[in-house]
Parts: sequence; C-alpha cells; structure tokens
Amino acid sequence: MGTIDLDQGDPDFVKELAGQSGGQIRACFTCRTCVASCPISAINREFNPAKIIRMALYGLKEEILKSAFIWLCTTCYACQERCPQGVSITDFMTHLKNMAIKEGHAPPGIRAQLKLVKGEGRIYPIDDFDNKKRNKAGLPPLPTSCDAIKELFL
Amino acid sequence: MKYALFLGCTIPARARNYELSARKVAEKLGIELVDIERFMCCGFPIKAGDIDSSELLAAYNLCLAQERGLDICALCSSCTSALAEVAHHLSLDERRREQINERLSAVGLEYKSSPRVRHFARVLFEEVGDEKIKVHLQKDLSDLKIASHYGCHYLKPSEVHDHFDDVEDPNSLDALVALTGAEIVDYPLKKKCCGGPVLPVDENVALSVTKEKLESLRDAGADALCLVCPFCSVMYDGNQKSIESEYDTSFKLPALYLTQILGLAMGFGRKELGLNMNVVKTKKLTAKIGL
Ligand code: SF4
Ligand code: SF4
Repeated sequence: MGTIDLDQGDPDFVKELAGQSGGQIRACFTCRTCVASCPISAINREFNPAKIIRMALYGLKEEILKSAFIWLCTTCYACQERCPQGVSITDFMTHLKNMAIKEGHAPPGIRAQLKLVKGEGRIYPIDDFDNKKRNKAGLPPLPTSCDAIKELFL
Repeated sequence: MKYALFLGCTIPARARNYELSARKVAEKLGIELVDIERFMCCGFPIKAGDIDSSELLAAYNLCLAQERGLDICALCSSCTSALAEVAHHLSLDERRREQINERLSAVGLEYKSSPRVRHFARVLFEEVGDEKIKVHLQKDLSDLKIASHYGCHYLKPSEVHDHFDDVEDPNSLDALVALTGAEIVDYPLKKKCCGGPVLPVDENVALSVTKEKLESLRDAGADALCLVCPFCSVMYDGNQKSIESEYDTSFKLPALYLTQILGLAMGFGRKELGLNMNVVKTKKLTAKIGL
C-alpha cells in the first residue's frame, strides 16, 4: 500500500459499496481505532483498514480489488466491534473480497475452497476411509455424497 | 434439552477428538444431540468468495432444523456465527428471504422462521448452568493452570450472538473451566484472533499471528489452552510444531477442547475423549491429574 494516486478514482465505486451492508464507510472519521485493534496491522504495517476505507472513498477500485492485502483480513470483527462510528468494517472487507473475485482477482486457495463447497457441499468431503475411522472411534457414519448441493447450484 | 447437532465440515473429518468428547459430555449432562444427515457446509468457508451462496447454504441448514422443530447446537465457532448471522439477517430482510426461498424450493425447502443457533459452550454456560455441571464432576483439576482462547466467531459479531458474553472482557469459557477446579490463567493477548482464516492466503502472516499468542500464553505460565473451535485448533495444535521450528522456539503447550477438559473432570479416560488424537502431546498434562 504505497501512496494514493487520486487520478485513478472511480466515483461509482462508493455507490456500488453503499448498496451493500458494510457500506457506511462515509461515516469514518479516521480515528484509527480499527487499525489499533487489528491483529494483522499489528504484525504487518502494510495492512491498514482505515487506509483501505480512505482508498475506497477516493474510488480507487482497481487498486483495491487487485491488491493482495484485502485477503489478509481474518474477519475477526475486532475493528467492527469497536468502531465508534458504527462502520461495519469486517462486512466491508468481505464485500471487497466478493467484488475482487468477480473481477477475477483471488488467491488460488480461496478459489479452490469455493469450487469444493459448491461442488461437494463440504470443504472436506467424507469418504469411506473417513467413515471407517469414525466407526473405529465410535462415531456415526456420514453420507459420502451430497445431492442437494447440485440442485441448489444448478 | 434437545438440539440438532451441527458438525460442519472440519469436525467430522479433522477434529474427531472434539466430536467424541462433546458427545460424551452432552450425554453425561442429559443434552440430546440429534444428527441430521443432510446438513452441509455452513457457508462460512465461501463467504469471502461468494456471499450469496454462503447465505443460501446457511439458510438450507437452518431449514433442515426448522423442519424438525429443533434448535441448532454447533461445535465450531465459525459455523455458529455463519448460521446465526444469516438467521439474524433473514429475520430483518423480507426481500432477501423471498430470494432465498426461491432457491430453496429446488430442494423442497422453505425458510419460515429460524431455529435458535447456539454454540455448545454457550449452551453449557447459559442453559445447563454451573450447578448441573458440577454434579457430574468427579476429578479435581486444581493442579492444572488453564488459559482460554475465545477466538472471534464464538462471540462476534456480538449482535448475532445476543451479546451473551462481553466481547471486550469475555468470561464464559473461564467460568466453565473454573468449575473443574483448574487455576484460570489470564494473559495479555487473550482476545486476539488465531490467524487461521489467512492460512490459505499467506502462511507466514497466519503463523506469526498464532506465534504471538503462543508466546503470551507461555509467558503467563499456562499448562494448557482451552479451545472451542476446530479452526483455532488447526493453528494452536496442528501448526504448533511448525511454528516452533520456523521461529526456532519451543512451546509444547497442549491445546485441548473445552469438552476434553470437562470430560477429564467428569472422569472419562484419555481415549474416550480422543486425547490420543491431539497433535501436541497431552500425556505429561494428564499425568498431573493421575492419568
Ligand atoms: S474505527 Fe471506524 S471511524 Fe475509526 S478509522 Fe476505523 S472505520 Fe474509521
Ligand atoms: S476484521 Fe479484518 S480488518 Fe478488522 S481487525 Fe480483523 S483482520 Fe483487521
């Protein structure tokens, strides 16, 4: 996150964000409580939720959505719980990630998880071997396939 | 007391020690846990990628419990939060409810009203209560010093969990662990996140968040860490060794699930609680209480 180049601003970006929950970023008065609460900012100065909000308000859509840093947010809600202005910062970060993936920017791990869950209904699909281990531990078996997921995501 | 047991993805495949000990503790306390085979992923793992689909999955699961007239009890903090959040959201947004129902009709379900969604620890804390738990405790754990990791989604966002515990000064887990006689350890980084959600994105960042907290726990002199979420366990138990070698340091801090700690106090054996499946060895710890 280097210096901010205002010439690249996209005025529609704030409007796009305003329609979503977590879009009340206009209320931010840059007190930086979120930064002080953030476990990622604590170890990596490059990650700064207040600055991401500023960038969004300046309409720096491409720069945000292409960035690697939005994916560092753990969704811990420490910032959102403490923001004196009631900005839903964590939800805002989640919307940025959703927008980024739609524009084709997302870490492979995130993409893989999405494909797995929408295809199999689970991040760790259960196979016969799992059920064998479950049985040995005295746990009930679980289904090894999921039909409903196919119908939900036709 | 009867609940639909929501296991989610991680627990049945990767945290059978948690499932095993939770079922034992529930049975002892007379909590009936009903398995619903058709439950799927709670939706949390795809929230960053596709919030609409993640809400649809949560609503699907809520419907299955609603159909049976059961409230949901989940063991994973992220499952609890994802399901509770969507229930909260849909109770306020009729238009979204209609959209969801259109999709759910493909599998013959209709979202009417939500069941209550509770984490297992919250059920113990709020509904079962101290007195009823204490009746079943046989073994004194006063030789153990235990610290709790509340993590994030067990308590937050606080409005979807009805503010049942204080986010800035949480106490529910410490109160439950204290029932066993164990000494409760407080530590400066108690409220910090485990770092887990960043693991698939940037391993170094994730592990250094976990490392900070392990250091804080070591400095505070904890013998063991109490957990209520399988994602947190991946970080503190599963990855503890790689953190030790990456940073050339040593913690050897057993990370137990709350249900394993309560189970020990209830007199269950190591194997019955799946302690043999914990990655960081727990033998020295349980030797202190004669096991
Ligand atoms: S805590 Fe809220 S008001 Fe303060 S800088 Fe962060 S978003 Fe802005
Ligand atoms: S939710 Fe994200 S931005 Fe907010 S404190 Fe946690 S990691 Fe930082």
